[in-house]
Amino acid sequence: MSYVPNTTDEQQEMLRAVGASSIEDLLTPIPEAVRLKRPLNLPESLAEPDLKRLMLGMAEQNADLDHYVSFLGAGTYDHFVPSVVPALVKRSEFLTSYTPYQPEVSQGMLQAIYEYQTMVCQLTNMDVANASLYDGSTAVVEGALMAVGPSGRGDVLVSRALDPQYRATLQTYATARGFTMREIGLEDGVTSVAELEAAMTPDTKAVIIQQPNFLGALEDVRGVERVTHAGKAAFIVAITEPASLGVLAAPGDYGADIVAAEGLSLGNPMGYGGPALGLFAARKDFLRRLPGRLVGKTLDSRGQEAYVLTLQTREQQIRRERATSNICTNQSLLAVAATIYLAAMGKQGFRELGEQCLQRAHFAQERICSLPGFEPLFTRPFFDEFAVRCPLPVEQLNARLRDQGISGGYDLSRDYPELGNAALFCVTETRTREDIEALVAAIEEVAGED
Amino acid sequence: MIIKAYHTHRGEGHRDIVLIPDGAHGTNPASATLADYQTVELKSNARGGVDVEHLKQVLAAHQGKIAALMMTNPNTLGVFDENIVEIAKLVHEVGGQLYYDGANANAIMGITRPGDMGFDVVHLNLHKTASTPHGGGGPGAGPIGVAKHMVPFLPGPLPAKGRQGYFWEDAGPLSIGRVRAGAGNFLVLVRAYTYIRSNGPDGLRHVSNSAVLNANYVMRALQEYYDLPFDRTCMHEFVFSANRQKALGVRALDISKRLLDFGVHPPTNYFPLIVPEALMIEPTETETKETLDDFIAIMKQIAEEAEHQPGLLLEAPHVTVVGRLDEALAARKPNLRWQPEPEAATV
Repeated sequence: MSYVPNTTDEQQEMLRAVGASSIEDLLTPIPEAVRLKRPLNLPESLAEPDLKRLMLGMAEQNADLDHYVSFLGAGTYDHFVPSVVPALVKRSEFLTSYTPYQPEVSQGMLQAIYEYQTMVCQLTNMDVANASLYDGSTAVVEGALMAVGPSGRGDVLVSRALDPQYRATLQTYATARGFTMREIGLEDGVTSVAELEAAMTPDTKAVIIQQPNFLGALEDVRGVERVTHAGKAAFIVAITEPASLGVLAAPGDYGADIVAAEGLSLGNPMGYGGPALGLFAARKDFLRRLPGRLVGKTLDSRGQEAYVLTLQTREQQIRRERATSNICTNQSLLAVAATIYLAAMGKQGFRELGEQCLQRAHFAQERICSLPGFEPLFTRPFFDEFAVRCPLPVEQLNARLRDQGISGGYDLSRDYPELGNAALFCVTETRTREDIEALVAAIEEVAGED
Repeated sequence: MIIKAYHTHRGEGHRDIVLIPDGAHGTNPASATLADYQTVELKSNARGGVDVEHLKQVLAAHQGKIAALMMTNPNTLGVFDENIVEIAKLVHEVGGQLYYDGANANAIMGITRPGDMGFDVVHLNLHKTASTPHGGGGPGAGPIGVAKHMVPFLPGPLPAKGRQGYFWEDAGPLSIGRVRAGAGNFLVLVRAYTYIRSNGPDGLRHVSNSAVLNANYVMRALQEYYDLPFDRTCMHEFVFSANRQKALGVRALDISKRLLDFGVHPPTNYFPLIVPEALMIEPTETETKETLDDFIAIMKQIAEEAEHQPGLLLEAPHVTVVGRLDEALAARKPNLRWQPEPEAATV
């Protein structure tokens, strides 16, 4: 199917107007030597019904949440999305609008992003937030790059309980940019403050932890903050489960300098993990060094309040050699979804969301750990994820659960072999008591046979 | 980062210079900086392409130090660099690699491929080339492709096909590693794949042909009204200069703002930097002849107004919900969020 609207006759007329006899005449600047002298080696075009059949056929081979009950978190979370969110986000005024470079005709998108920035600041208790980054992992990278600064050198200390994929991503950029990344070990599932203290050097530019951390445990954030600031390093807090902010202290409350979070579960579909939404917020000292786009409020020629992209030391006007970031886009549409989601939930609703996750996860943890051979790995408090020591390999357990339509906990043995047979369960507000009982019964059955 | 890993693996980690044409997108040098590279700017020639003589001088002056050349072809002037084969040969001869910024790939589908031109690493902007919705600035997606010798350095994990179906294959020992969590902007890739399958090989070629025709049609219809600094057949876009209007006291920005009054989204202004008062016009293949004729008529009218009623342009836009914004105020006193207390309204 072609989406080119002009007919052959119209194109002939246009060719005559430019004085060319064929399109070929317009392609003469392309040397013969680099020309492709055959059609692209792609399958022939498909009519829309055939295309739809092809794509649905592929989609049907995926396990999805309409057919599985999931206890999988570990970076991506199953939260209910009110219908108002997709209904509004799919409006063409948002979906197909261009980047708001022309503020006079982009006030809707700009105001939505300004409100998004406000909500991110409120959730994190930080002074400023940008218009979003690619995802949580790259937001952490941008936080580290901002803390390291234009020299690109220094030392960044990272908790071993930061999402392993985030650590891997940061390592890639550290190698390329030229700064050092060192890992801080864990005690009872959380970052060892003693080890961190010993690891701090005058070159330490940043300390990065995750709250709640990848293992579900709540960090000793005040202990980490004390040591980090004593060493004059930036305190970066990563968050992969923003629903936790409904009940936990905001990073700004415990001294974070930079917050980098994954906002996918705020009103966006999981979509096999992406596109995702990087939330990025910081203290006001970082205002002029923030990566990515920013929307600000100003006045127009008629004296009205209006919104505009601002502080653009980036994009096409980027200050080339002083750049600490090459980000020139944002996840606008996902940020709009997050804004609508948070507005629909409201202050009270968002708090209730956090309470429900907390209660259901604690109920599930008690039930699972009442089974013989299953016990909590750590004594630390948790939000909606918890690590459990299992009497059998988690891979084996999960294969059997899958047969019963249950997606079990995340197998920690690959990323944390030192923990032995350990599963990380996630229970959000979308899991019912029946779901949890079914999980417990299924685990009991599998473990009993073993 | 891939190019850096490649050089480092070959024991040539001392290569630290990336060459970038003066018309390039500003994020190219920023990307080079992220890989801890220095950048050297290449001058353009009178035809809007890379000045090959200047390139030779730069290569000679930095012997053994050249890591890569980053460029887009067609470039930001909408001009296809005819010397690409020679440019690629010169850079490859000194051991440098060629990076293709795919921002302008809309012009070349089925006509030529970056690999045919000699590029080693390519990225495509799917929200530009493969029609995934802009979403007010994102999400986009930027997949990359590499020549065979670069494959071991690709980020991972990568999807692979085995006897039991598809699976994620861990990154190999030479891989630069992960560049983000998860599997990237997956749903954007699904949309792009759907677009490619819908068009097929002939359809994609027709898209590029039509984009080139639309741009040339508009350029030729308006060139007596606006200065055309590089008067040659263009690809999918071209750049006018509002120099003639500037002499009348009207700038490129004023022309753009006046376009808003006619319901037209204005072109990019003041970019590329090498054209004063730039108006970069990119009609794309999706506009009808009727729309283009309307646009041409409006641009002619605005050129007239610039001569006889410049005030109309200077005060534009007139019909939008807000007037022209005070961008200096926004930057000088940043207000980036709502605050409950009015006295604390400025961060």
